[in-house]
Amino acid sequence: MDELAYATEKEGMMKKLRINKIIRNYTTYAVILAVYVIVNWMIQRGSISSLFQGLLIPLCIYAVLAASLNLTVGILGELSLGHAGFMCVGAFSGAFFTQVTQQIFTNGYLRFFLAILFGVFFAGVAGLLIGIPVLRLRGDYLAIVTLAFGEIIKNLVNVLYIGKDSRGLHISLKSSIDLGLEADGKVIINGAMGITGTPKDSTFFISILLLFVTVLVIQNFIHSRAGRAVMAIRDNRIAAESIGLNITKYKLLAFSISAAFAGAAGVLYAHNLATLTATGKNFGYNMSIMILVFVVLGGIGNIQGSMIAAIILTLLPELLRNVSPFVSENRMLFYALVLIFMMLFGQSPKAIQFRKKYFTLSTYLKEKPKKEV
Amino acid sequence: MSFLSYFINGISLGSVYAIIALGYTMVYGIAKMLNFAHGDVIMVGGYVIFQLVFALGVHPFIGILIAVIACTVLGVTIERLAYRPLRMAAPLAVLITAIGVSYLLQNLALLIFTSNPKSFQSLINVPALKLADGALVISGETMVTIVVGIVIVVVLSYFIRNTKSGRAMLAVSEDKGAAQLMGVNVNGTIAFTFAIGSALAAIGSVLLCSAYPTLTPQTGAMPGIKAFVAAVFGGIGSIPGAMLGGILLGVIENLSKAYISSQMADAIVFGVLILVLLVKPTGILGKKIQEKV
Repeated sequence: MDELAYATEKEGMMKKLRINKIIRNYTTYAVILAVYVIVNWMIQRGSISSLFQGLLIPLCIYAVLAASLNLTVGILGELSLGHAGFMCVGAFSGAFFTQVTQQIFTNGYLRFFLAILFGVFFAGVAGLLIGIPVLRLRGDYLAIVTLAFGEIIKNLVNVLYIGKDSRGLHISLKSSIDLGLEADGKVIINGAMGITGTPKDSTFFISILLLFVTVLVIQNFIHSRAGRAVMAIRDNRIAAESIGLNITKYKLLAFSISAAFAGAAGVLYAHNLATLTATGKNFGYNMSIMILVFVVLGGIGNIQGSMIAAIILTLLPELLRNVSPFVSENRMLFYALVLIFMMLFGQSPKAIQFRKKYFTLSTYLKEKPKKEV
Repeated sequence: MSFLSYFINGISLGSVYAIIALGYTMVYGIAKMLNFAHGDVIMVGGYVIFQLVFALGVHPFIGILIAVIACTVLGVTIERLAYRPLRMAAPLAVLITAIGVSYLLQNLALLIFTSNPKSFQSLINVPALKLADGALVISGETMVTIVVGIVIVVVLSYFIRNTKSGRAMLAVSEDKGAAQLMGVNVNGTIAFTFAIGSALAAIGSVLLCSAYPTLTPQTGAMPGIKAFVAAVFGGIGSIPGAMLGGILLGVIENLSKAYISSQMADAIVFGVLILVLLVKPTGILGKKIQEKV
């Protein structure tokens, strides 16, 4: 009798947990939609300054980047310092696609959709190629190799020249003259000068849509069989391996999905600028660290939290520009402090003990002594 | 002849990597963490020397000595404040903290010294060696760097094998718990390792800045990463391995700069890392680690 009661109680709790999770997910979607509706309404009323209107698309881009990096850091439990590199791959391949097919697809939305798919594909493949050698190893190596990868991509793009004429595409790693283009040929990727004249296809609507899709895919991935396998690997690799999970496969899956969404964000980024160049500022180490700061501040493994952190940390320097120029000019300094203090106060064994002792409500409310079953 | 000169310059660059890599490999061997801030300690050392020698006119020898002390203090302070509280925490937390420290040092330097590059004059006053009627010129910096590298590795190897604190390091790197039971001061030994690594970083900064005479807040970042690659290449945790890996990496980098493409040299260096990780993840001289359940 007792056992039965326990079983029903347990089942009820599981159901409650599941419902909570579903409610939480739908809340996220609802919030994204609500934000879109409200912001649109405010734009129409003219109550948003042009500065903030210009920030809307970058905000969505950063939120997508943060959510996708959180898949690697929080769910997979590996540190990637080359997230901006995947974004760079997506940005350049997406913009390249748009430039090449500008005459073929006249419908802007269709072309942009295909460009995003193109960028996602290439970024995903890049993730796969980097992941295969490295994910078989321990975490520190992944951090270094992804960092190196980000730098290599940036260097490569800066020496890459691709041109197009009636005979097709020409690729060179030396200079635009080496392409040997015909007189009517057009240089698409011009080395360090990057790609110019990409149509500004990114709109707030598409950005929000992409954010929505990102959350949808990542949330569903996390709660799928594969996602649970990935988390099992994160928590105990050996135990996961011993129950027959294919470690490499699941790690690669999560890592590639994360890279692919970074690529999508990159395509959006490329179509929001007139000139796309790969510099240390937009696709370098600093950018990767910034995304990591979003993830760490929002909560490692908490997709919604990292998106909120991305939005706050992007808006805050703009809001503080007049109040305290020092803070907004030296935001990198504060990002570094955020990383250190979040870890010291959040993860160190002493801090965890301290929190458990004094700050956890559950010690007073939830964790009543359990009955022996 | 030009091949030989590229080769010797490669060994010289490699010796700098090796000296930096020693700091990584010792810390990794003992604390089992990747000290991301190591490269930035080099940068700090460079700025200390620059301020003392070029701005205040202190004698170079005293300047280097003060830089060594400053870097040692910095390294031990970082370990005490940022890494020690996280010793029992998840590896990811330690890694993120280390990145935070590295980023903090870079941005502090940016704030204090601005991003304008400082031009660093060579502190090494050794005449260049001309061989084969001037066809092969070996600069003084090159010779000094190679000699310093070899001396450091020999002294360090002797120190670790034959002194009490050196053997304590070996014990801690094998098994922290058992070492503590044997009466080894684990925290002290780890702090001491950071001190040695950071002192080496200061020496590395002298050699690095003498060979590449521009100093910016990012000066340490790339050599730091490459030195880590060198440490992995040679087998992380192994001192002769760090030397071997560093020299091989320096030669590979210089030769690919000369014969393939100067822009692709970094990519080739990291390609080497990926190749090594694929073929022999423990590096050339690394020990195979048996994983226990």
